[in-house]
Parts: sequence; C-alpha cells; structure tokens
Amino acid sequence: MHDAINLDQALVARARHAADAIADDIQQHIEEHTTDTTERATLRLLGVSGVNEIDVPLVNVIVEHGRDLLPGGIMAPFVDLMLRSGCGTQQAAEGVAKGELELAAVPAERRSAVERRAVELAKEGVARIDAVRRHREELVGEQGEPLKPYVYVIVATGNILEDAVQAQAAARAGADVVAVIRTTAQSLLDYVPFGLTTEGFGGTYATQENFRHMREALDEVGAELGRYIRLCNYASGLCMPEIATMGALERLDMMLNDSMYGIIFRNINMQRTFVDQYLSRLINARAGIIINTGEDNYLTTADAFDKGYTVVSSDFINEAFALRANLEPWQIGLGHAFEINPSTPDQVVYQIADAQLVRQLFPEYPLKYMPPTKYMPGDIFQGHVIDSMFNFTGIFTGQEIMLLGMLTEALHTPLLQDRYVSIKNAKYVFESCRELAGEVAFEPGGLIEKRANEVLGKATEQLEHVREISLFRALENGEFADVKRDPQGGRGFDGVFRVTDDYFNPFFAELRVGRLSGAPSGPAPGDNARAAAGRSPSAEGGA
Amino acid sequence: MEVRPYGDTRDDGMMQFSFTLPIAYSIKAADVGKQFLEKLGFREVGIADCKAIDPQFTFFVAYGRTKVGIDPDLVKGDYLDVDVMDYYAVNAFIKEHLGRKLSVVGAAIESDAHTVGIDAILNMKGFAGDYGFERYPEMEVLNMGSQIPCEQLLKTALERNDDAILVSQIVTQKNIHVQNLTKLIELLEAEQVRERFVLIVGGPRINNAFAKELGYDAGFGSRTTPVEVASFLAQEVARRASG
Repeated sequence: MHDAINLDQALVARARHAADAIADDIQQHIEEHTTDTTERATLRLLGVSGVNEIDVPLVNVIVEHGRDLLPGGIMAPFVDLMLRSGCGTQQAAEGVAKGELELAAVPAERRSAVERRAVELAKEGVARIDAVRRHREELVGEQGEPLKPYVYVIVATGNILEDAVQAQAAARAGADVVAVIRTTAQSLLDYVPFGLTTEGFGGTYATQENFRHMREALDEVGAELGRYIRLCNYASGLCMPEIATMGALERLDMMLNDSMYGIIFRNINMQRTFVDQYLSRLINARAGIIINTGEDNYLTTADAFDKGYTVVSSDFINEAFALRANLEPWQIGLGHAFEINPSTPDQVVYQIADAQLVRQLFPEYPLKYMPPTKYMPGDIFQGHVIDSMFNFTGIFTGQEIMLLGMLTEALHTPLLQDRYVSIKNAKYVFESCRELAGEVAFEPGGLIEKRANEVLGKATEQLEHVREISLFRALENGEFADVKRDPQGGRGFDGVFRVTDDYFNPFFAELRVGRLSGAPSGPAPGDNARAAAGRSPSAEGGA
Repeated sequence: MEVRPYGDTRDDGMMQFSFTLPIAYSIKAADVGKQFLEKLGFREVGIADCKAIDPQFTFFVAYGRTKVGIDPDLVKGDYLDVDVMDYYAVNAFIKEHLGRKLSVVGAAIESDAHTVGIDAILNMKGFAGDYGFERYPEMEVLNMGSQIPCEQLLKTALERNDDAILVSQIVTQKNIHVQNLTKLIELLEAEQVRERFVLIVGGPRINNAFAKELGYDAGFGSRTTPVEVASFLAQEVARRASG
C-alpha cells in the first residue's frame, strides 16, 4: 500500500524545502560554536576514559583545566601536551588530573607537527568505531536479522544486573530491541557517571560499563535465539556527543537522538543542544547506529488531534539535521505517536491517517512509532485493547520500529509479565495482519486522505513560518509542544563557546572520511530460531 | 453488612489473579501456583494458564474463591471531603469569598522530570475534558515545570506571595517521592512559612491520608481532575481568609 494516500506533492516539496532552509540557518550557528561536552567527547574519541579520586571523569577534569583554550578546541593543546611529555593519551590525561602536566596554547612553531599527529590519532579513534561496526555486521550475519517491524521494549529497574535479566526474558518472548531507560535527571548531569551501577530512579544510569554489561547479555541471548538483539540508549541531555561516543564503542544499535528534545523538555539551552546534536549524530552515523527522534513527546503536552502537525514539521526538521550529520536514511528513525484521545470518535481512523502520512513522507526511513501513554487507563484490560489498536495501526501503516505499549503504562515501570503479554499482543497482531495493507486501498477523498493532507498542510505552513522567523525564535515563542524557551536561558549555556578562526578538531572531518555504508544484513529467522523465539505456552506445555 | 467479591452469584467470592513466580516451568508448576493461592486462603483455585515466560520464570493466570468479606461501613479513613463545584462556580466562589485572584504555583520537584501530573491540573487544556487552572480567570497560575529544587519553588512562592503550592510526584521508584516531599515540608518549617501556604501534593502513589501524614494539607491520586483540586483550594483558602 505504498503511496496509498493521494498527497499533495507540492506541499511535500515546500515542507522539505523550508526544513532545509531552517537547518542551514542553524548549521551556520553550529559551525561557529563548540561546547564543553563536544570537547569532552573529542577526548573520549581519542581514548581518554576513567575518573579521578573523587569520581570526576578525566575528560571533565581536562576540559575544566583547559577551559580558556576551548574556543580553539581541546585537541591541539592536548596532543601538544602528549608530544611534549612523551605520554600516551590516557597517561597524559592522568597527568593533567594529578596536576603533573599542564595544558597550554600551542606555539606557532609546533602547530603543524601537532596537527599532523592529531589527525593520525583521530583516524585511530575512528578506526575503533569502525571495528565495532564491523563486529555488529558479522554478528547480524551469524545470528540473523528479525523481521520488521522490530519489537522494541524498555527495561527500567534502576539496577543494570536486574535489567539484563529482564532484557533476556524480553528477547526470549520476542523483543528485537531493548532500551534501557535512564535514571531520572541523568539528562541534566553535566558529566557521564562511571562504572557499573545498581541504583537508579525510574531507570538506570547510562555508563559505559552498564552499556557493556547489557551488550554482553543481549549477545548471549541473541546467539541462543538465532536473532541479533539490538540495544538502545539515550544520546540526549547535557552530554549528547559523549554518550554517543560510548554507544559507538560499546556497540549500541540505536540511540535516542533528537535535535530539539533537550531544549523543549529538559530546558537545556538551545544554542548548546544544536551544537551537541551535530557531533553526536556524526558519531552515530559513523557507528552505524539508528537514531530515534522524540516527536512523541510533543503529544504528551500538546493535543495529538489538534497539534499532530507539529510532529510532522519536527520530523522534517530532524530529517534535515540528520542528513547534515551524515546519517543515511536507514539510520534515521523519525518518531511519531499514537496519542489521540481514545474517546474521540474514529480515533483509530485518524491515527491511521497520521501514521500513513508519516510513512509516505519518509519512505526510506525506519519510523519509530510510539504507543499510547497519555490516556492509558488504570483499567489494564482496557489498556491492553488500546495497545492492540496501536499495534494494528503500526503493522497496517508499515511502521518499522514499534515501541510496545504496556497495559500497565499508567501504573508502574513494566513488570516482567507486563512485557511478556504486551509482546504476545504485538506478535499476534503483526502476524495476523501482515498482508492486510496490501489488500485494501483508502477511499479517495475519505476521512483519512483529508486528515493526512490537512496535517501536511498545517505542517508546511508551520515550517514556512519557522523559516521566516528562525528556529530560535520559534522555540522562544513556544511553537513546538506549547513550551517556551529562552535562547540565552536554560541549562548548559555557560558551556557554549564561540570558536576562534583557528579552531581545530579533525574528528569532524575524519568521521566523514571513508565511512561504511548500508544496514547490516543477516538471515531471516529460520524455523529453528522461530521455535526458540516462540518459547511459548504451546511449545512448552500449558496447565 | 459484609460484602464479598461478586463473580456471577452473590457471595461466590470469585477473584482473578495474574502473577509470576521465579521458577522454571515444569509439570508441577500449576500445582505450585495453586497451592500458593490456597496458602493465601483461596478455595476452589483454578489455574487458567501457566507457562514459561523465560527459562527461569513462570506466569500464572488463575481464579479462586474467598470467604473473606468486608463491611464498607467499618472502613474509616482520612478522606478529603470536598464539595466539588464546577468551573464557573469555583471562579464565582473565589470572587465572592476572596475578592482577589487566587495565586498558585506548581512544580514537579527535585529529581522528578515528569510534568504530566502538574500539567494535567495547571495547563490551560487540563485533563479529561476539564480545564486546567490557567484557564480560570480568578486564578493567577505559575507552572514551573519539572525538576524544580524545593528551594527554588519556595523562593518563587514567597516572591509571588502565593496562596498555594502544588507539588507533583510521578516517579516513585524506591520511594524517592517520600524523600522529595519530606524535603519540601522540612524546608517550609525551617523557614517558618509552612502556615502561609495551602500545600497540595498529587501523584499516582498519593492519597489524602498519606499526604496528611507527611504534613501536607491535601493529597490527590490518579484520575484527579483540575476542578476537584480547584474546589478544595478555593474553599480552603477562603476558610483561612475568614478564619
């Protein structure tokens, strides 16, 4: 049912054109600025890791130490320090932390030697990411690639060890992607915590060690099931590019990465977020990670029926930024959501219109479809039915990443059994309706076609308006999600620096040079794998 | 008079269950689930479904009957007794009894990043078709959003000379909400301004008795609509103004 709704193609072209102009304008700002987390990520890409005696990450120590140097980039002074001291990357970082070594501006006579060495080191850093990506390709080739849509579930116990148990159980029940929800407030930490963690609130800390632990657990269960299980975490908050770096090194497969989410929903300064999202997305692109954008969040504050168009305009903007950060379409999981009030007559008809619209606007992209949350009732039986209609809308409109709704959404983070019954729900709906979309056509001029064109029209108007006044001003006015933000306000503004003419950071170029292309591929789940994945009542005997 | 769960006949005591035990599924798993429910005092336990949802976990759907009954008249508690008015009546009430706007500040405090609760009550749009406080012409409302430190909330409330402070706590893992809510009370008391504000808390794990126990004036749980909170607030502020 590709291109099933007759859309006004002139509107589509206008919307995309406006989004391109909006992103070009912001890209100018991005080129002229750096941030403390961008510089910290640079050090992480070089290979600096670890913390000092009071648990402050070394990358933070160095960037604080060399704060005056940041407008020119941390890389040249740091590599100069390595050359001067004869130290390796980590050794130099530890030297600075101990107060034994000192960063300084690079004198002109050493500049070219420093830059040469820095480019070599950047190539080595990028090669580490490529090696991880190749490993993923091998594993997908061995273990197998699940059918789409991917079944995506979250774990959120706060304890990474418990998360791993739940993630394996979810994979055995049929999940293809497991996201570890981050602990509340991590997005507002201006550093990345270190080590394995077992305490969190509403989620688990994103640390490199936690990433590694979960990766091992999913590799183990993927081998058991004959299906590569993808791991997702969040490259959002005050440390976007740093967490993207950790994700690249620990073989995460998906990362939440939205160009505007932090601004709108976490009150992170907009000037900072745009700069941060750029490097984080360049890293995601290189690593072969699929990004997920967060448009669903708009509909938790604004009304999904009236403001559905803001999702579409934001998708266009996220697309434009993602393409500028070298992501390939298969890596750009644009978000949208099933959030129209279920008591609206013909709710599902309108959800189908909105979902089909996004599907047709972004045909090459693995759309991330988010489940109902806002109107989920305490009545879990009714909630389960609403989730079924979400699953139905997803398979019917060809969504590729389905974040499953939980019947207990309104109550608590999912219990083991909640995840299980939700996966069974999704699998039933997907397998029972897989060919349906190919069998029916939409009524020309009907409710669905009208709604889709109306939403597209409003989105186009909004994008052209935003282009007119600039995206900064639109965010100031509260034109997305009804939330107003000050360009000079919000968290992390003191970490934004205008770059000098001699700003130097070879990673921006090296992350693009000779990049690998294309999605990993592997055998579809065979009969053996299906039997293992099924591990269900009928397979194992019931009561 | 005592009542019992009603399945399809009065006093049949029929209840349904779903739960997971951390045991591998085996031929005797159903009996494990059945005897567990019998230990809880249920009779005629029927295991409707029993299956491995993981090599180490078995999921049960079951039914059982209970003889236990309860007399609703004997259930006593600290329930919020509000005369719920409608939107127009609340505005009229404030105008008549206060003669000025009722000033409210609200926030999801400390680590809580979720605005869904406070937004439902304060945002123009409101919740479940019921307008939020921002729509009330007789209210002056500031919604500070999420992750607001208690200190900042109090400072704002003092500056604005608010009548009421509304606090939302959604994330409750490991009882973090109790710590956050206690912190606010302690801060108000340390500053000796507790009596200046009507203090209200809302959230999925909040009820009135619990809120009172922590030192709040009222607590509202899930499914609370703005007009319920507005009715309480208007009457409470008016009561204090007249007292």
